[in-house]
Amino acid sequence: MHIPDGYLGPATCGFFYLIMLPIWTAASRAVKKTLNARQVPMLAIGAAFSFVIMMFNIPIPGGSTGHAVGGVLVAILLGPWAACIAITVTLVIQALLFGDGGITALGANCFNMAFVLPFTGYYIYKLISYNCPENSKRRIIASGIAGYLALNLAALLTGFEFGIQPLLHHTPSGQFLYCPYGLNVAVPAMAVEHLLIFGWVEAVVTALVIKYLQKHDPQLLGIKKEVEDENNY
Amino acid sequence: MKTITKLWAGLGILILLSPLGLLLPEHFKAQEAWGEWGTDRIKEMVGYIPRGLEKFSGLWQPPIPDYGQEQGASVLGYMLSALFGIIIVVAIIFLFAKFLSKKDNL
Repeated sequence: MHIPDGYLGPATCGFFYLIMLPIWTAASRAVKKTLNARQVPMLAIGAAFSFVIMMFNIPIPGGSTGHAVGGVLVAILLGPWAACIAITVTLVIQALLFGDGGITALGANCFNMAFVLPFTGYYIYKLISYNCPENSKRRIIASGIAGYLALNLAALLTGFEFGIQPLLHHTPSGQFLYCPYGLNVAVPAMAVEHLLIFGWVEAVVTALVIKYLQKHDPQLLGIKKEVEDENNY
Repeated sequence: MKTITKLWAGLGILILLSPLGLLLPEHFKAQEAWGEWGTDRIKEMVGYIPRGLEKFSGLWQPPIPDYGQEQGASVLGYMLSALFGIIIVVAIIFLFAKFLSKKDNL
């Protein structure tokens, strides 16, 4: 899901940088407000987790590969704004040091994986686990569903961003300038592989860690609430 | 052991296991992710390299391309990339938190 340099035209790249600027500012503000010293190591662990989980490429035999993002888990534990910061840092390092994802496409990649993914995942989790106790099974299921749906939405958007390029940029002779595959190819390709395989990986990773924390340190599932309460006084 | 210590240890285990993300795709003959092809592969698939793609694809030369896999698959290279990446990511988060806490009117 890391769009490389050269696949998106300048208009798309610029558009997503412009969208991300206010989001990054708002995320920094929100994180500054809620992040007490105790949460900084958790945020670092969250970002590191997202970084390393994305290195676990899952193969489709004879086909392509994909991976989980871990962003829904970070959003559930620390809130969507903190997750936005954690995944942005991860994506920047992946692009700059390892060439995974483009510099020009960083705005788009952050929009998909650091904004849409943690926010949809967080609110789906909140909705399904509404009003249920910290140790309830519904929380585990909610986190899995949130992981599955959020990764799929991010993949769908990625497919859409790839797919509009032939419409935006082509020569009179019909050659394309950037991603050569249109919506009819890019969207189904991204959607199907994530619906069938990679979405489940995000779901299982998220649900397993929530299950583990529920058993060993249920307080962690309440971290965000606690911090909000502290700020209200 | 405190949970946070366990989580750091968990990250250590993930670093050690990370080469699975390299070896499994190799074993099942899976290629790169959709839309992340190099220009050679694009040429094979489409018949030409889109001009803009050719121009921008080499824009940035990362210091550790492909998580240390550019010269062929290396389990150690992959693991060290995971370790190094995590160290940098963690350092930046701590620096960023420090920066935020000092900045009054953000």
